[in-house]
Amino acid sequence: MAFSRKRKYRSEATKDKISAYLYISPFFIIFAIIGLYPAVFSLYLAFQKWNGLGDMSFVGLDNFTVVLQDPIFWKSLYNTIVMGFMGTAPQIIVGIILAFILNQAYLKFKNTFRAMVFLPYITSMVAVALVFGVFFSNNDTALANYILNLFGMDSVAWRTSEWGAKIAISIMVFWRWIGYNTIIYLAGLQSIPKDLYEAARIDGASTLQQLRYITIPLLKPFIVLTVFFSTVGALQLFTEPTVFLGSSAFSRTEAMTVVMYLYRDAFSLQSFGTGSATAVILLFIIVVASAINTYLTSGIRTKGKGMKS
Amino acid sequence: MIKKIKLGRFFVYLFLIVAAFLSVFPFYWMFVMATRPSAAYNSIPPTLTPGDQLVGNFQKVLEKIPFFGAMFNTLIMCLVVTLVVLLISSLAGFAFAKFKFPGKNILFVSILLTMIIPPQLGLIPQYYLVAKFGLLDTLFGAMVIFFLNPLGIFLMRQYISQSVTDELIEAAKLDGCSNFRIFRSIVLPIILPAFATLGIIVFTATWGEFLWQFTVLRDPDMYTIQVALSSMNTTSNVDFGMIMSGVFWATIPLVIVFLMFNKLFISSITEGSVK
Repeated sequence: MAFSRKRKYRSEATKDKISAYLYISPFFIIFAIIGLYPAVFSLYLAFQKWNGLGDMSFVGLDNFTVVLQDPIFWKSLYNTIVMGFMGTAPQIIVGIILAFILNQAYLKFKNTFRAMVFLPYITSMVAVALVFGVFFSNNDTALANYILNLFGMDSVAWRTSEWGAKIAISIMVFWRWIGYNTIIYLAGLQSIPKDLYEAARIDGASTLQQLRYITIPLLKPFIVLTVFFSTVGALQLFTEPTVFLGSSAFSRTEAMTVVMYLYRDAFSLQSFGTGSATAVILLFIIVVASAINTYLTSGIRTKGKGMKS
Repeated sequence: MIKKIKLGRFFVYLFLIVAAFLSVFPFYWMFVMATRPSAAYNSIPPTLTPGDQLVGNFQKVLEKIPFFGAMFNTLIMCLVVTLVVLLISSLAGFAFAKFKFPGKNILFVSILLTMIIPPQLGLIPQYYLVAKFGLLDTLFGAMVIFFLNPLGIFLMRQYISQSVTDELIEAAKLDGCSNFRIFRSIVLPIILPAFATLGIIVFTATWGEFLWQFTVLRDPDMYTIQVALSSMNTTSNVDFGMIMSGVFWATIPLVIVFLMFNKLFISSITEGSVK
């Protein structure tokens, strides 16, 4: 009896193992085919010369040399970083302020305001780029230029000038993602116990002091999270500039990003080797940049420490 | 003191109203432009009231791009991707939450690591694979890479280990339930709320996807809506009224769904990223 029970137990455990492997296998099969294999193949291709059709030939580090000596690559990296910074960094400040306001108990129409601020996130990046593309057209009659003229400033050639294109694209990025970040900060604020604020108020702390000594320190994990997402996302910028600039997207360099450079190499110039080398360089940049930014954000001094209760 | 508070609140509301206005104004402006002839763009001061070209502009869209076909393609793509991701993620999440097996931790950590790899790294080989299997210009080719969704497994494992108790599974086993039966009759009904969360995340992300479709879809009949919309902007002599009309009609269904379920949408974002 004892023997058979033990056997039954063992077969139950074996059955569980078989079930488990069976249940995780669909993911890992798909991962092997469209995740792992392409990633490894990319690393391999980065050392080959290939036009996508003929034979490959090993070229060592040539692809990397070609990319790293190409001024257009450095221009696109510069563009990516500048637009990434202008599009995402202000979101942290404005997002925290918005979330702080939306979290106030006295606020009326809270859900309506929250939904309105979040609404841009629903639109696709293509739609955003097209709508803002009309707003930021080169004409004097474009709404953006009309507003500038109202304030006595000159019209800007938004699509073809160095800073015009970058500013227009950064504004698109900011507009679409600010609601998303606000919602994450709001979730963070709601996790902060209310009696902390109450105690601070009794001690006579102003709203600004509350923000500085309670909110920011306790919100830090959420800020780190959004900074990580923003860094990774900003370095992959592709859709907004491509759609905004339309037919001139790959022939001009004012707003070309690293992913656009990669795309142009691979699919316009049929140079899959240098395209793959760019992909590997991009992976390296993303890992380094997100590590640095996450580290810097985690290092925000926890000012709350000095406060005595 | 009270005056000070009132003044503070006045500025808070002012800030919020300005932010809400800036968030919503592009939608209104998109609607205005979708109802105006292209010439309206050259008027000073700018036109800010709707005109009478709502139908006319949309007819131009229909002549230019296969709008309904593209919407249909996108809808099918989003539904299939969402269903496949839900199924794969819940099965694997169940295994990672409730079973013991060798290599479990290493496998789970490797899934998390795949989340860091940028999708562009595999772009060229994925294109090559899809081309080799003759899947360029097919809906399956346009959706296949989105079946891979590590975040889904992560969320599902989290939800299942919190909401499905071990006692419940033990009891079902004593009653002679097979593992798959437990998954189907016990786990699935419990994790329906998590399906809503993950489903919304996957559906909206797939809906807005552009780079991959832009790469593998060249035949206008196979376009998804994002590629179709972007193709309106590439010809010279662009008709702004037509573009805005296309964007308007492609955006409005999502906006309506969002306004109906906005709390669910917003909570899905926090659960999807904060947990």
